[in-house]
Amino acid sequence: MRIAMIILYLVLAPLLGGLLDGLDRRISARMQRRVGPPVLQPFYDVQKLFAKQRIVVTNSQTFLMITYLVLMVFTGCMFYSGADMLMCFFVLSTAGIFLYFAAVVTDSPYSYIGGQRELFQEMCCEPAVLLTGVGFYLLEDTFETAKIVQADRSAIVALPGFFAAFLFILTIKMRKSPFDESTSHHPHQELVKGVTTELGASNLALFQITEWYENILMLSVIALFIINKSPWSIPAAILVVLAAYFLEILIDNTSARMKSGKMLELSWAVTIAAAGVNLLILILVR
Amino acid sequence: MGKVKRSPWLLHYDASSCNGCDIEVLACMTPVYDVERFGVVNTADPMQADILLVTGGVNSQSAEVVKQLYDQMARPKVVVAVGICACTGGVFKDCYNINGGVDTVIPVDVYVPGCAARPESIIDGVVKAVQIFQERSDAHDKYVKEHGESERDLSDPDAAAREGNPADFFDAITKTSEGSRDKEAEKK
Ligand code: SF4
Repeated sequence: MRIAMIILYLVLAPLLGGLLDGLDRRISARMQRRVGPPVLQPFYDVQKLFAKQRIVVTNSQTFLMITYLVLMVFTGCMFYSGADMLMCFFVLSTAGIFLYFAAVVTDSPYSYIGGQRELFQEMCCEPAVLLTGVGFYLLEDTFETAKIVQADRSAIVALPGFFAAFLFILTIKMRKSPFDESTSHHPHQELVKGVTTELGASNLALFQITEWYENILMLSVIALFIINKSPWSIPAAILVVLAAYFLEILIDNTSARMKSGKMLELSWAVTIAAAGVNLLILILVR
Repeated sequence: MGKVKRSPWLLHYDASSCNGCDIEVLACMTPVYDVERFGVVNTADPMQADILLVTGGVNSQSAEVVKQLYDQMARPKVVVAVGICACTGGVFKDCYNINGGVDTVIPVDVYVPGCAARPESIIDGVVKAVQIFQERSDAHDKYVKEHGESERDLSDPDAAAREGNPADFFDAITKTSEGSRDKEAEKK
């Protein structure tokens, strides 16, 4: 069962991630009253990027990008094999560090600033991500995702604050406006493109694929709030995940980029207000 | 490898344009024309771009920049000159500081006339460029299959000529020391 889940994640995550990305671009275009690219556009892009001549600014960059991808995939596999959720989150942060390294090994100041902002974003997300793990532990007495999905009731009933906090930092994790500090998905100049500025074609493709794996992993955490032992919870979880993704697209299209200081204040404030209060109640009720 | 023509990414550079053509290039991205439906993305990164759109004639200051942007782009690549200034120098042709069209510095594949070039004709030019991009990409794949991927040393001006990659053959003409298309040299 565990092996099957891992293989399913390995194969399906990039496909679903790419498809969601394509839908994202399409829906964004519709929101801007444009027709938008075909839904499979992200796959065409990645295919093209791999076909181009390889240009690397520094040799170590390719190695760092591959490590970033491998660690991200590894995190997802751990999550889907039902392993310790806390461990997954720690490996996830480690993956982010490799993206930082890949950005700062180049001489480009733009890439360097992007790398620093990536760390900053990581810092904004971390409290909410870790608290989510703690919340699940207080509720189910376990960090293991395999046991959490076997619960009698959906976790969201007892953990609405944690859910809200996680939903909030999802925007930061997905690098969507107003929190697309480290790199923007929209066509832009060097400073805004940040970490991806100095990536050659094939390395950009690696970045893209890693992002698909990461998005699916993040959405899976959202799903974990919903899923319980009843099979009906699975379609419900899928609906909630799609709604969350739609919300991200809507926020992305209706908000301007925020200063990183504001991002820190806002994300920690929401984390403390929503997840913190929920945590206190949970401890008192126990 | 497959159909790269579905995903042409543009790099737009203003060599000395009056901004008329630039506005029209940007107009192509707006809801009215929406080139993104062809998969076109207006990237600002030469390393990730496929098609170089240049507006305005080349002057002594922008010549080096145009050359450098072209060099930084990964093979296969295509160049489109947008507007009559970029094609020939246009009304500024005889100015003391204008070298002429973009083809005085780098090889141009598609010329889009007009002052300013209409968005419709810019899109038409891009569609032509996309066909060339596909052909060149196929040639590039064939070359890589036979000779293996080579990471070009950008500091060596004659490297492109020696490698003889057909996707790159324009480089071979312009990049060799004797093939330099310097307009000043032609004048003398
Ligand atoms: S062709 Fe006309 S509009 Fe375009 S840059 Fe030249 S003068 Fe300006």
